[in-house]
Amino acid sequence: MVKRKKVEAPKISLAALRDAGSPAGRAETVGHIRKTADKMVGEIHRGDRPNLRFPIRSLNNVEYDPKVGYFELLGKKTERTLAYSTVKTFAQSVRMMAAAKTNIEDEEICSKREMYYNSKAWGECRFAEQPESDTVMDDIEALFGVNREQLGFVPDEKGGDVAGKLMILDRDAQSGKPLKIDCTKQGSGAWSIPSKVEHLGFETNAKFILVVETSALFQRLVYHGYWDKANCIVISMGGVPTRACRRFIRRLADEKRIPVYVFTDGDPYGYGNIYRTLKVGSGNAAHINRFFCVPQASYLGVTPQDIIDFDLKDATHPLEDVDIKRAKDALKNDPFFKIYPQWQAAINQMIEMGVRVEQQAFAKHGLNYVINNYLPKKLAHPEKFLP
Amino acid sequence: MVIKLNPEQAVLFGAGGRGGKAAVAEPEEASRKGRTVIRLSTTKAERQQEKAEQAKAERAAAREAKAAGNGKGSKKAPPAAETAQSMAAKQREISVSEFFTKNRHLLGFDNPRKALLTAVKEAVDNSLDACDESHILPDITVEIRAVEGYEDRFTVAIADNGPGIVKQQIPRIFGKLLYGSKFHRLRQSRGQQGIGISAAGMYGQLTTGKPMRIISRTGKDKPAHYFEIHIDTAKNEPQILKDEEKPWEVERGTRVEFELEAKFQRGRQSVDEYLQQTAVANPHAKIVYKAPDGQDMEFPRGAKDAPPQPREIKPHPYGIELGALMHVLRTTRSRNVCGCLSQDFSRVSPQSARKICERAGIEPKGRPSRIAAQEAERLYRAIQETKLMNPPTDCLAPIGEEALVAGLQKEFKADFYTAVTRSPAVYRGNPFVVEAALAWGGELPADELGRVLRFANRVPLLYQQGSCSIWESVLEVDWKNYHVEQSRGAPPSGPLVITVHFASVWVPFTSESKEAIASYPEVVKEIKLALQECGRRVSVFLSRRRRELEEERKKSYITKYIPHIGIGLREILGFPEKEEQKIVKQLTNILEKTRGGVE
Ligand SMILES: Nc1ncnc2c1ncn2[C@@H]1O[C@H](COP(=O)(O)OP(=O)(O)O)[C@@H](O)[C@H]1O
Ligand SMILES: [Mg+2]
Repeated sequence: MVKRKKVEAPKISLAALRDAGSPAGRAETVGHIRKTADKMVGEIHRGDRPNLRFPIRSLNNVEYDPKVGYFELLGKKTERTLAYSTVKTFAQSVRMMAAAKTNIEDEEICSKREMYYNSKAWGECRFAEQPESDTVMDDIEALFGVNREQLGFVPDEKGGDVAGKLMILDRDAQSGKPLKIDCTKQGSGAWSIPSKVEHLGFETNAKFILVVETSALFQRLVYHGYWDKANCIVISMGGVPTRACRRFIRRLADEKRIPVYVFTDGDPYGYGNIYRTLKVGSGNAAHINRFFCVPQASYLGVTPQDIIDFDLKDATHPLEDVDIKRAKDALKNDPFFKIYPQWQAAINQMIEMGVRVEQQAFAKHGLNYVINNYLPKKLAHPEKFLP
Repeated sequence: MVIKLNPEQAVLFGAGGRGGKAAVAEPEEASRKGRTVIRLSTTKAERQQEKAEQAKAERAAAREAKAAGNGKGSKKAPPAAETAQSMAAKQREISVSEFFTKNRHLLGFDNPRKALLTAVKEAVDNSLDACDESHILPDITVEIRAVEGYEDRFTVAIADNGPGIVKQQIPRIFGKLLYGSKFHRLRQSRGQQGIGISAAGMYGQLTTGKPMRIISRTGKDKPAHYFEIHIDTAKNEPQILKDEEKPWEVERGTRVEFELEAKFQRGRQSVDEYLQQTAVANPHAKIVYKAPDGQDMEFPRGAKDAPPQPREIKPHPYGIELGALMHVLRTTRSRNVCGCLSQDFSRVSPQSARKICERAGIEPKGRPSRIAAQEAERLYRAIQETKLMNPPTDCLAPIGEEALVAGLQKEFKADFYTAVTRSPAVYRGNPFVVEAALAWGGELPADELGRVLRFANRVPLLYQQGSCSIWESVLEVDWKNYHVEQSRGAPPSGPLVITVHFASVWVPFTSESKEAIASYPEVVKEIKLALQECGRRVSVFLSRRRRELEEERKKSYITKYIPHIGIGLREILGFPEKEEQKIVKQLTNILEKTRGGVE
């Protein structure tokens, strides 16, 4: 494999992220923000156009080495130099940097949506829509090579649901007293992963973690006490896994050394966006993938071959143009899929078959077929799972 | 009703005076006996009957043909071959009125919707012509009323404050086609062939059976004459139903009224559009429109002075056709060629006439009528080779750049107006002037194709756009050169209105309905030159405006966003307010010096 220059970043172990929230870590981030501002002021006084250099946030600026386990950032950067065409985003970036600094110093947290509303006090400089403010936030995050939580920004999304053979060691939010949460005692509900998971501890004897895409399937597994029969932990991602969800699974799997099996819809989105992001991170926030990846995950299904093996042909849907485009894109541009011939074969098989299949398709053979037949049959041969 | 006619019965439609009757001969019968078939209906009921008759005849013919095919020994002999003699029995003169009765589409009466527009147009054009010629500022009222009990019948009345018409002329003007004052002269006017108003009356008579009603008065101390007139279409002669003096509150002017089958509507190609555009091209006229739906409109006068009156001229010899030249030579009153050339044509001095004769090798003192065809051809060539002054142009009355802009401003709210009046040019010996004007921006719809308003001698042309040289020229101009969008084979698009006015002593219309101007190369060339000049001006306007907008946006970007960079940096670094002000000032300088657009 061609070695390319990587952004010099110390190999941060699991513990490092926790440190970033500490007084020392906070001071370091504030120092970073001040240095950037200082440099700009210097440029301005010299009469030069100030500029900010951002790492490019896309798949073509990452590389993948299975030994490392996640998408690593390459050195490509873009420059945002002050000009008429950039002055608005430039001003917005500076103001958001200031907001982050205040957040950190005041130990305040601010949700992504709150940040967007916060900008409404900036007059003409305000964000028109939240996606605009989210983009600037992602830029700043990448600029400083930190996780947005370290800037005091927290996502609005839910982290995922957990049920099964797991005891979570937390603290009471008010008193700080230790607290044990038994994930076998959630009844027909589940425990939700919070946006910060660094402080959590675990007790478990589970044999594996089953991570599923849809909450509908999660409900079915909980309802029938699947985790009890299979002696496992079941986690629902509800679509593309949030950073907290990825971080939680990673910590749990690392600490307890249990395997992670992933079960999504059998379509390009399930493979390319959901599974791949869980396992190796995203191209969009590559500077923090090392914290938010689950390199030990492997893919249980639904694979295109499953459609044949479990007779699901008449429960499929034809691939739409967007599906085909996404699949071909993954084959051509995604460093993860480019490395694994097994994945290439699977995706090509799907394109050839021209169909996709949902997790719920097994209901064709009866509502509990998935619990009684599909999962046991697949779990008998984890060595056959896709990497 | 069916009237069987013999060829000898020359009066085909003589009964017209008594309400206008249809002459329908059974086709089958007629052809067998070699009779002339004239199909002509006056009322709807009769036309329906005619249709029924025809269908009956066709069914009968079909039956016969079938029988003939089946039975071997056919009962009937095939129609005998025509001989020169039998054909001679059928050959005869066709009256113009008959011709146009059959070809009403040629005059613009193809359907009820268009018929209403054409009828109003002919009358209004006449009123404007008459007023202009008498140096009167026109005051015209157009009134359209629905006829009770009918859905498709309207009464149209047009009244003017023009010179009026003398009593003896009234019947001929309104009851005779090809009768008018404008055909035999070379002078710019709206009407030219003398078939306008009488054709409208004839259409009314054909569709409703009702006569035209005219009242006209030539002055305060003269009586007003009232006429009811029918047209005898076979003879092309007026038939006077009523002729009396009547009290009339109007001191001077003409009012013509007739009933016709028509369809009233608003919008494109309607009376509204015609009147609006007439107002654009005739800002000196005041027009009041009383519509059947009660939504009256008024187009006020926008100019105080009547346009200068064009003068009548003789033809210019450049571009005249050989046949026309020979006709002049045959009919001239001059005794010699030289005199003919200098007196019957404009811009030919006796000297140049002699030069022409020399060049053609023709005796200048020779009798014009003696010039043989060959010599005429030499003469024709010599004329084209001799340098002559362009035709005099006081025969033309262009609208003028100022009035064109005023007309557009009156009817369209835009940001930019411009107009170009070209100097006169010549086609086929006829002088003409092209004018173009353009309005851009403002309230004009931005994402549509530009509108093209066409005028000939100040009359709006609403139909047959596709076959008009104005349209052709608009398409041929490359508007992208002027930063105006244009797709292939389409007019330019954007918030614009283009008007083109063609003024000439003789407008080369493509048909008698006067809807499109024929594409003479000289004409297309002039129109394009005028449009290109408008294009250049709009392009200057557009790039200036783009620059201004860009400057404005740049300025606004500086005041909008730069202060926030100052605020942000101060929040991060905690420096004093004075430092923030310095940074904002410095940043403003830096940005003002940068090149590049705002996007
Ligand atoms: N409103 C009017 N006032 C005065 N003269 C009129 C009026 N309408 C028509 N005329 C005269 O009647 C003539 C015939 O009119 P028309 O049939 O429309 O033919 P054209 O306008 O082509 O000459 C005109 O040439 C004009 O001399
Ligand atoms: Mg006329």
